[in-house]
Amino acid sequence: MATDHKGNNSVKGNSQMAALRQVLRYIRRYWLLVGFSLILAAVTVALTLYIPILTGDAVDLLIDKGLVDFSGIYSMMIKIGIAMAVTAAAQWVMNTCNNHITYHVVKDIREDAFHRLEQLPLKYLDAHAYGDIVSRVIADVDTFADGLLMGFTQLFTGVLTILGTLLFMLITNIPIALVVVCITPVSFLVARFIATRTYKMFKQQSETRGEQTSLIEEMIGNQKVVKTFSREEAVRSQFAEINGRLEKCSLKAIFFSSITNPATRFVNSLVYASVGIFGAFVAISGGISVGRLSCFLSYANQYTKPFNEISGVVTELQNALACASRIFRLIDEEPQTPDSPEARMLTDAKGNVSLENVYFSYVPERKLIENFNLEVKPGQRVAIVGPTGCGKTTLINLLMRFYDVDSGRIAVDGTEIREITRGSLRTSYGMVLQETWLRAGTIRDNIRMGKPDASEEEVVQAAKAAHAHSFIKRLPEGYDTLITEDGGSLSQGQKQLLCIARVMLCLPPMLILDEATSSIDTRTELRIQNAFAKMMEGRTSFIVAHRLSTIQEADIILVMKDGNIIEQGSHETLLAKNGFYATLYHSQFAG
Amino acid sequence: MKRLMKYLSSYKKESVLAPLFKLLEAFFELLVPLVMANIIDVGIVNKDMGYIGKMGLYLVVLAVVGLVSSITAQFFAAKAAVGFSTKLRQALFDHIQGLDFTNIDRVGTSTMITRMTSDINQVQSGVNMVLRLFLRSPIIVFGAMIMAFTIDVKSALVFVVVIPLLAIVVFGIMIWTMPLYKKVQSGLDKVLGVTRENLTGVRVIRAFHKEAEEEARFMGYTKALADSQIFVGKISAVMNPVTYLIVNGGIIVLIYVGAIQVNVGNLSQGEVIAIINYMSQILVELIKLANLIVTITKALACADRVAGVFEIQNTNPAGALEAYCADVTSAPLLQFDHVSLTYAGAGAETLHEISFTVNRGETVGVIGGTGSGKTSLINLIPGFYPVTEGSVRFKGRDIRQIPEEELRGCVGMVPQKAVLFKGTIRSNLQWGKTDATEEEMWRAIDTAQAREVVEGKPGGLDAEVAQNGKNLSGGQRQRLTIARALVRRPEILILDDSASALDYATDAKLRQALRGLQGDTTTFIVSQRASSIRHADKIIVMDDGEMAGIGTHEELLKNCQVYQEIYYSQYPEERLKAAKAFDGQAQKGGK
Repeated sequence: MATDHKGNNSVKGNSQMAALRQVLRYIRRYWLLVGFSLILAAVTVALTLYIPILTGDAVDLLIDKGLVDFSGIYSMMIKIGIAMAVTAAAQWVMNTCNNHITYHVVKDIREDAFHRLEQLPLKYLDAHAYGDIVSRVIADVDTFADGLLMGFTQLFTGVLTILGTLLFMLITNIPIALVVVCITPVSFLVARFIATRTYKMFKQQSETRGEQTSLIEEMIGNQKVVKTFSREEAVRSQFAEINGRLEKCSLKAIFFSSITNPATRFVNSLVYASVGIFGAFVAISGGISVGRLSCFLSYANQYTKPFNEISGVVTELQNALACASRIFRLIDEEPQTPDSPEARMLTDAKGNVSLENVYFSYVPERKLIENFNLEVKPGQRVAIVGPTGCGKTTLINLLMRFYDVDSGRIAVDGTEIREITRGSLRTSYGMVLQETWLRAGTIRDNIRMGKPDASEEEVVQAAKAAHAHSFIKRLPEGYDTLITEDGGSLSQGQKQLLCIARVMLCLPPMLILDEATSSIDTRTELRIQNAFAKMMEGRTSFIVAHRLSTIQEADIILVMKDGNIIEQGSHETLLAKNGFYATLYHSQFAG
Repeated sequence: MKRLMKYLSSYKKESVLAPLFKLLEAFFELLVPLVMANIIDVGIVNKDMGYIGKMGLYLVVLAVVGLVSSITAQFFAAKAAVGFSTKLRQALFDHIQGLDFTNIDRVGTSTMITRMTSDINQVQSGVNMVLRLFLRSPIIVFGAMIMAFTIDVKSALVFVVVIPLLAIVVFGIMIWTMPLYKKVQSGLDKVLGVTRENLTGVRVIRAFHKEAEEEARFMGYTKALADSQIFVGKISAVMNPVTYLIVNGGIIVLIYVGAIQVNVGNLSQGEVIAIINYMSQILVELIKLANLIVTITKALACADRVAGVFEIQNTNPAGALEAYCADVTSAPLLQFDHVSLTYAGAGAETLHEISFTVNRGETVGVIGGTGSGKTSLINLIPGFYPVTEGSVRFKGRDIRQIPEEELRGCVGMVPQKAVLFKGTIRSNLQWGKTDATEEEMWRAIDTAQAREVVEGKPGGLDAEVAQNGKNLSGGQRQRLTIARALVRRPEILILDDSASALDYATDAKLRQALRGLQGDTTTFIVSQRASSIRHADKIIVMDDGEMAGIGTHEELLKNCQVYQEIYYSQYPEERLKAAKAFDGQAQKGGK
């Protein structure tokens, strides 16, 4: 049992230390401000400690009835006045520095996390709940910020106060000071004892929170489906279950960590009492004046208060570190292999795409694409058909290099795509997916996404080509209409038209259309087909579609099933073959 | 905040006990300077070691009692705060679950998520702090003043000046910073929004190679956030130095007043020390308070945002309506009577004067262009949106008169966007019918042509489904959402373009299976494929929000121009046949 505990502790300690080291790395960038803040803290502390001496001296001047040295007191009062003014000023500047450091560190961490997010392989993102990632970037970093700020404002001054008081006390009276020194470490021990035990509770709390955020994200994001099925009650009780667990572990974490303060305060009271008693004995023997003793007592208070604060800060920091380690785990996640330095930019791709002996699967146990071969000449149209789940979308994931092949090679214009920068490869493709995605912003911004410097005329032109212009015009503010995340009130079809307009505007040399018109009515589709046809002229295109009419005109039709190409050829040859494609084709009219 | 207080009401006992025990602790703490004054004035002056020892013992006893009451207070505070936030979170979640479609459209998802998570967490720590310390501070401050009065009225008058000054500073800064903290939270909303967008739209963003721009955008938001945090921090940072100035100013005056009083013989040296001690106790308390004020101000700002969500009310709350009575067989199943619909905030009508009748067991096709109002039309059947004019009648009764749950329980809806939830296939199917038997599930799965999907997954019905069904392909998801709607054997089944991701063969099989459903399920099929609806008993043709025609395929082909256009765009060869035009190069698509 005992050894078990120790083992746990060291693991915990390690991850905490690692998180702490990483935090320090972020803080280091602001070392100048940190240094300045430290100096100010020193000034503040020194003066704060000096004022009780002045006060004590002043008290010594009022001995008894008729024995008061007024002129001495006046000069003391002036000294105190100056000291406090300087302290106040130093304090404000210090706090401002600390604010600045904290929020910049937090900003840096968020930006790094986001930067990593942009580079994480899709493999990671596809496998992790968005809600959890969002909770790390937002809630965890927020909690971390609170802890860090508290650490800055209280840790420096706390430590300096302790050191300063210790020094003053030793100067004033060594025996009494020794009493203080002997007792105070107890409060550290108490604080440590509690902190190591609460770290785990905080971690559990933050994990449960992550779980809850996931549920919130899922259910609130799909509120309409929930309502359609009148599942509000069920979802509520699901939420209530997690909420109940969160309540339990939060209560534990918060209560146990909050014992720290009273416990250390108790130790302080003991210190105070000891100083009082011992000091009084010394005073009787004439070893210290009453005024100095009063000053000593206020020191004993000041000396121990920071222990309180520090222990409070320590628990807060524990919590902060637990959160930080979650965000650092995201930042430390293996990014996609960076583009090799020799990787070349793909410009004006001719559109010669070849796949040789490509093997790929999402999970090793379940083979998907095996020994896939394909040669596409510039300007050819490749249609991919097959039953749902046959691997059509996977092929696109590979072409766009969202995923890397397990073995074999994919080349564009003769260059392996791993030797081309990802950016240039991807922008050489214009992609319209079945799952439409629009960002919060104006319609115009969405269309301009691929070509931010496009003129108004070009935007309208593209919208017209995509047959989106007429419905955009009818929106309350036309192209300036703001759409919310996920396109909000636009219909699937309208969203798809916007996605098409987006590609129409930047017109890259190769195209990928994955069910690009699945939500568009056929009349509009027919018109768009003309635009597509124009667009595809001279451009290598990959088209995934269920509508065979869209496919008929392709140069190569790939018929896929279970990750393999089972048939390949033109519409006529495939029909003549009377195989799987022919069956598919005829079923269209089966009615 | 007031609105939220009711969630604290079930923790009345805790909310009273926590400050009460804090009060006890504070009270014992306030006795300490008195005991100390006695040690100095009696013990040291009389050189009475025994007296000093006795007083010392009192100090220790005070410390122990203080410890016990403080831990008790912490426990009650934690319990009340955590319990409060748990209740609040649940209530907020429930409230959001209860919002109608109009409100869901209006409120963004990401702000809901921050409010449910970050904001409530802030409120929780605010409540905890208030219970723990915010009440302690006034008690100490006023207690110190009262104690001062017991020693010397003239000196104590200084407290009467100092305390209101402090109150003005503390509350002034609170009032000033509160709106600023709200701004900080809405800055956080934006950061969260971009993070979410980049997760949901990762493919599009990478396809357009927008990673760098997205990072720049994100940095813009984090910078704005940091700026607003630093700005409000600067103001909050004023609190400490200013209170420090006020209190130390008070001490200076106290020394002066004390000097006069001692000189006259009204006060002893020990008493002056005690009074000064009380003043410094106020200072120590205020320093703690200043740190808390930030927490509390933040909490208040967040509470306001949370309360804002509660303020969103549905326009016509579902009250207790007449209970669902057995069907009135004489009335048609569903009747649209001059229905018009204008969405809240929209400029123009989305649906105009729609009237039709549907009988039990019929299959109704709805066809029309993108944005013609198909989805809006069928969304009225389960009463997702309130009609602006006219009425929708289900079994002869206006649906506004039917309790929401009853109505939706009769309708099985398959939305355009195929959304599945984290869990298992089984748990997803249970959305349709909570107590569905295995047999019912398989029957629904078979009808939805999803048997191979379910059987292809390890675990069958218990196969895991990731958040948003990310581990399934679009077509697989779609078939499962159809099965989900079928499990409940709805009286009205609505397929809103739900087969778009299915290949023709599967689509055809699905329709065949749907036709074979026994009982009198009435089916609405919204589609753009004429083949999907041509065999329907009734086809409703929508065009730009108006009903362009209703009838069977043959009737419409004869007399509805819009339908003809749609149909022939998909079956060009039919047009040729119909027009008996000579067949040129047209045979491309025919069989």
